[in-house]
Amino acid sequence: MQGTNLDIAKIQLLSRKRQTAIAILGVTFGIAMFILMISFMKGTNEFLLEAMLSSTPDIHIFNDIKTDYSHSITDEYFDTVPHHLAIVHHTRPKNIHKNLKQVNEIITDLKNNPAVTATSPLVSSHVFFNCGPVQLNGVVEGVDIKEQAQLYDLANKMRTGNPDNLLSADNGILLGQGLADKLNVQMGNSVTLYTPSGKFMRFNVVGTFQFGIGLVDNIKAITNINNVQQLLGQDHGYITDIQVKLKNIREAGKQATLFEKRYGYKAEDWKSANSSLMATTVVRDVLTYVVSFALLIVAGFGIYNIMNMTIMSKMKDIAILKAQGFTGKDIITIFLSQSLIIGVIGSVFGIIAGFLLSYAVSRIPFPPSDLVSLKFFPVLFEWRFYILAVGFGFITTLIAGLMPAIKASKLDPVAILRG
Amino acid sequence: MKEILKAENLHKYFHDPDEFHVTNNISLAVNESEFVTLIGKSGCGKSTLLYLLATLDTDYKGRIQINGTTVTGMTQNELARFRNEHIGFIFQFHFLLPEFTVLHNVMLPALKLNKLDIGTIENNAVDKLDQMGMKSYALKLASKLSSGQQQRVAIARALINTPSIIMADEPTGNLDSVNTGIIFDIFKNLAQQGNSIIAVTHDKDFAANSDRTIEMADGRIHQSINNQKPV
Repeated sequence: MQGTNLDIAKIQLLSRKRQTAIAILGVTFGIAMFILMISFMKGTNEFLLEAMLSSTPDIHIFNDIKTDYSHSITDEYFDTVPHHLAIVHHTRPKNIHKNLKQVNEIITDLKNNPAVTATSPLVSSHVFFNCGPVQLNGVVEGVDIKEQAQLYDLANKMRTGNPDNLLSADNGILLGQGLADKLNVQMGNSVTLYTPSGKFMRFNVVGTFQFGIGLVDNIKAITNINNVQQLLGQDHGYITDIQVKLKNIREAGKQATLFEKRYGYKAEDWKSANSSLMATTVVRDVLTYVVSFALLIVAGFGIYNIMNMTIMSKMKDIAILKAQGFTGKDIITIFLSQSLIIGVIGSVFGIIAGFLLSYAVSRIPFPPSDLVSLKFFPVLFEWRFYILAVGFGFITTLIAGLMPAIKASKLDPVAILRG
Repeated sequence: MKEILKAENLHKYFHDPDEFHVTNNISLAVNESEFVTLIGKSGCGKSTLLYLLATLDTDYKGRIQINGTTVTGMTQNELARFRNEHIGFIFQFHFLLPEFTVLHNVMLPALKLNKLDIGTIENNAVDKLDQMGMKSYALKLASKLSSGQQQRVAIARALINTPSIIMADEPTGNLDSVNTGIIFDIFKNLAQQGNSIIAVTHDKDFAANSDRTIEMADGRIHQSINNQKPV
């Protein structure tokens, strides 16, 4: 019996080739566009996230400036005189040391922590970059370049030169591309760094890097750890930051809180360090899904309309079939299988078209830009999107076919036969 | 003689646009192998009565029994099954499925009934078409035939499940005189073969050839005439 119903469904579909083709195209288009949209937008998000991560450590431990200076007077008053009240108005910072104490102990402890894969000490300082009349403020980071390589892939972000140049060159420095452009220096030129306290040192530019984030590329310079210590006039134990790479990046927030408690210094995870970018990522994610599902729903309405029209034009046939003993269930089977056939064929074509379109977009060269280092438009190929698209396409066609089919099954044949 | 169809006290109302009493307390019976025609002016309720008897319309008061089974009160699905097996219905406008071949159209009710294998059904369908003189058109699309040919196919379709009763709603109403003559002869043959037939018609000659003619007026049975058995 099912065979007869499917036969009827098939013959009706084939005899209305054009209408069937249009319905299939509707599904194909909806699914292809959904896949393209979601792959492209997710690819963009992924790219931005990666750019963010490539310049931010998972957790960053540093000595935050505190505004609680009570300890500066406790020794003087409370140790000797009990129950004494002292009021101090508007305390000022005094002898602020930005360095971390017991750096080696902390690093050893971190290296023994199973959640941590790599650590790297860092000395960072605000500096002025001087090259002739141009004076720019920025940040210099003194790093152990070999350990730094474990944290992020600097070698791949280089526009000119090589991170290893720092090891061989005397007073070598790597500049952000934006910074180098503003200073108008290239590899081989020299640049002078001034600290806020007035000390200065000459460096040789041995490379430029570009992370694709203006905030980094326009202000940051990287050199050896001892160079910065020398610039600041500090000893070899002077370390201001520790960068930590975790096994599981999602645990960053939790681990940061633990580190803060354990070591008594500020520990910032990558999410809070990039909170504004994270917010835009969330907005973009929501936008992606809203637009993509809107596309599928529009396609669904298209299918609904076509199925509805088909059934309207088949009213007489439905009445004939019913008069000959076909039940409401048979009618539903006939029309539902028609829309499912349309849905399945449309979905298959949609997946193929969606993949081809996504692939085409991923081969479009990205317009060259100083801020973003992208060769092609970012597209993420992930099978989950395809499953999602097919699942949604299938459900949409099912509903779009089911509603008019149920309506048709309830039709009173006499109402149609009587005219 | 066995009563193949029995209707008691049928009342049917149309509610739209105004309340209208279409069939008023109609009772009738059709015997086995009897050829009954229903005549009457337009709007007298004869087609409506036929739809009630054919179980296509269930919104009525009264009781209908076909081949010993009370069909009043059956669910839509039970009725569909019952129609499939026991009633062969012929419409004024042939009502074939246009995308299907002639043979497929005839086979469909049997395929739905699903009592025989497909080969037997096909042989039966070809036999019925042969009986209607339509065998050579078996593989043509239904929409390619003329009205008269389509009506002959529709009759073949009505016969495919060897129904207890054949019901026809003005089977010649849409045909020219030549085709009317052909359909006429077919019905005569069917009656001679012992089929129970109830047909609505406008055609006096057609009615005169049946065993009994029931004339309707204003929703009631006006008179019942016994004709001479056709030779």
